[in-house]
Amino acid sequence: MVYALVLAARNKRIDWTVLGVLGVVEVLLVAQLVVGIVQLSGTDRDVSGPFFVGYLIGSLLILPIGAFWALAESSRWGAGALAIACLVIPILELRLHDLWAV
Amino acid sequence: MTDPAATKHGPGRILIAVYGVFALAATARAGVQIATKFDEAPIAYLLSAVAAVIYCAATFALAKATPVSRKVATAAIAIELIGVIAIGAFSYAVPDDFPDATVWSHFGQGYGFVPLLLPVLGLLWLRRTR
Repeated sequence: MVYALVLAARNKRIDWTVLGVLGVVEVLLVAQLVVGIVQLSGTDRDVSGPFFVGYLIGSLLILPIGAFWALAESSRWGAGALAIACLVIPILELRLHDLWAV
Repeated sequence: MTDPAATKHGPGRILIAVYGVFALAATARAGVQIATKFDEAPIAYLLSAVAAVIYCAATFALAKATPVSRKVATAAIAIELIGVIAIGAFSYAVPDDFPDATVWSHFGQGYGFVPLLLPVLGLLWLRRTR
């Protein structure tokens, strides 16, 4: 997550390197969804299931939509918009962590 | 600038991205709250849903960037500003009526006060691209 954030924060025009990194992050997020649901079903912790799964699924939507939106603008503002999308991922990760820790 | 499409370019791109995030977050939050525990705090959750609808309307209207959609965006963002100030003030004045947080309670404190800043920036941006 941090790596993608750093890349986007350089505020360049979007290139294939950034998109490649985002693709990897997205795959990791899908893996996180699967692992998260498996762990949720096997835990006896008092985790709020609907919220937890909601965050897991929501985190999958951010990067594709953000990339789609950012690519339509080939300027630094496009990269900035993508940086916003990348910024959301660590926030969601923190919330997931909080939900799990309750 | 008289071109309405200017609304969605340049810094507007980032503004709309932030609106999109809040539209998604508010919709998801309201959806889960209403689906799982509506009885606990129906007023707060209905307000969450209203906020979600307004964020979605503002996002799509800004992104569409036509003369008509700019009017819709202005209205939605004005309601958003009034909402965040009203709900923010009420949540401090009568906290008992807000047992669970909405996006707008305490002036959006749970979201780094971004909900308070966003409508101001949105209205300024609409003014600038008029």
